[in-house]
Amino acid sequence: MIYVGLRIEWPGFSLDVDEQLPARGVTALFGHSGSGKTTLLRCIAGLEQAATGRLSFNGDVWQDRDVWVPTHRRPIGYVFQEPSLFPHLTVLGNLHYGQKRSRQEDRQAAKFNLEHAIDLLGIGHLLKRKPAALSGGERQRVGMARALAVSPKLLLMDEPLAALDLARKQEILPYLERLHDDLEIPVLYVSHAPDEVARLADHLVVMEGGRVLASGPLNDTLARLDLPIRLGEDAGVVLDGHVAERDERWHLLRVACCNTSLWVRDTGADLGDHARVRILARDVSIAHEPKEGTSILNTLPARVVSLGDDAHPALSLVKLAVDGKPVLSRVTRRSAEQLGLAPGQQVWIQIKAVALL
Amino acid sequence: MILSDTDLEAIALTLRLAAVTTLILFIVGTPIAWWLARTRSRWKGPVGAVVALPLVLPPSVLGFYLLVTMGPNGPVGWLTQTLGIGLLPFTFWGLVVGSVFYSLPFMVQPVQNAFEAIGERPLEAAATLRASPLDRFFTVALPLALPGFVTAGILSFAHTVGEFGVVLMIGGNIPGETRVASVQIYDYVEALEYADAHRLSAVLLVFSFVVLLALYAWRPDRGTR
Repeated sequence: MIYVGLRIEWPGFSLDVDEQLPARGVTALFGHSGSGKTTLLRCIAGLEQAATGRLSFNGDVWQDRDVWVPTHRRPIGYVFQEPSLFPHLTVLGNLHYGQKRSRQEDRQAAKFNLEHAIDLLGIGHLLKRKPAALSGGERQRVGMARALAVSPKLLLMDEPLAALDLARKQEILPYLERLHDDLEIPVLYVSHAPDEVARLADHLVVMEGGRVLASGPLNDTLARLDLPIRLGEDAGVVLDGHVAERDERWHLLRVACCNTSLWVRDTGADLGDHARVRILARDVSIAHEPKEGTSILNTLPARVVSLGDDAHPALSLVKLAVDGKPVLSRVTRRSAEQLGLAPGQQVWIQIKAVALL
Repeated sequence: MILSDTDLEAIALTLRLAAVTTLILFIVGTPIAWWLARTRSRWKGPVGAVVALPLVLPPSVLGFYLLVTMGPNGPVGWLTQTLGIGLLPFTFWGLVVGSVFYSLPFMVQPVQNAFEAIGERPLEAAATLRASPLDRFFTVALPLALPGFVTAGILSFAHTVGEFGVVLMIGGNIPGETRVASVQIYDYVEALEYADAHRLSAVLLVFSFVVLLALYAWRPDRGTR
């Protein structure tokens, strides 16, 4: 468990956080720029000394009234937004820099070592080069491997994809997912991109103006209707399941989430693989009866949980439960009225698009 | 064109003075430059101004104050006498002290600029990679600031070679001890020995040009990519 109880008072900005964060899985710190998410991450790393309060990680106190563990003694790995490699060292020199300074017991205890990191991030062919000779995406992969090479007990990532263009992002996201799946250490991941959060996070912390607006398991938090910050077009939920069936003829996969099945495009995933699907609110429509004669593959029974306002007065967000799992739907207020939607009502939802992440 | 023994002696003394001064400046100037580059203290301005003073001050003024301070009635003079070193004015080490002050800005400013250009980020990255502050300084800050150190070293050395006013004030004109090349030229001119003055001046002119040429032609990033 990571306990963060920190405050900063700066002219024009204040941070006031009192949160317990899970010390497992990926926790996304999500918010717009200026929400304090990066400042919070820097406080946890000990790079920001202005904060007062208490900070502890799995019982080890890193900061308190009379305790201050300097950054180089905290068992963390840190990935900066810009890779920040040392230009005077080769890639291998960069990787060794932290590795040879890490504590031996950490290295022995870690499931991860330098060879794993090089392999996982696919940088084996770059080791002799200088950072200046790498592409932006390669640099960031080296930055991640360098952070892993110190055998951290907590990995902190500050928008590692934000400085990259879309193609480079697509290049790195699979590596991040491999980190998520293979790594046993907790990760705090700062991001303002909903798609990254949907793909990577297990736990979501939404920040605004230096305060935590919401914190909880990813889907519970995504499905909350009361958050003043809406994701706009990106409002939606994710569901975790596994690949249950492959339809060779139509190139489709059936993803099973508990008792619910969703058909998605075949991405080449293997049967039994862990699968996370994302369902955007705008792609979910509501009907009283299961429709015949429709092109939509995924039609599921659902129960209306609650209704909430959306950003535009013409729209409302409907929270539904499918097999106990929350799903959001965005419909016009007029439709909601005409359907007579009310909490507890049984309806059918049609999902126009399901993205396998 | 053959230099006399006195000329060679003066040149050797000049080079020795410049080398010793530059070496001391690396040791003294680096911490000052580091502090100036990173502090947010209100003393940053005053300290920076004091370091830059020799750029503006007439060397005779600097030399005069040093002479008074290091003289028999000055505080430094009292200290050196108490320690049994004797008095510094009119000795080689007196010249070294004067030269260190005189060339200080030429060491501190390039190194300070180099440290400032590095920024916080590489040092923060090193901290997250388990490097202690001292470790970060030697393994990240120094290598990244290396071009600044080369520039500073060359400038300090060359500037000390070109020193005249301070030497005259605190060193006088003792052959083999304080009579550097610039003073030697002054002596020649005073004695109307223009041919001798020409020879030594030409040597200093060529030396200065070569040093500056090396400085401007040198590119720190050449060959690293």
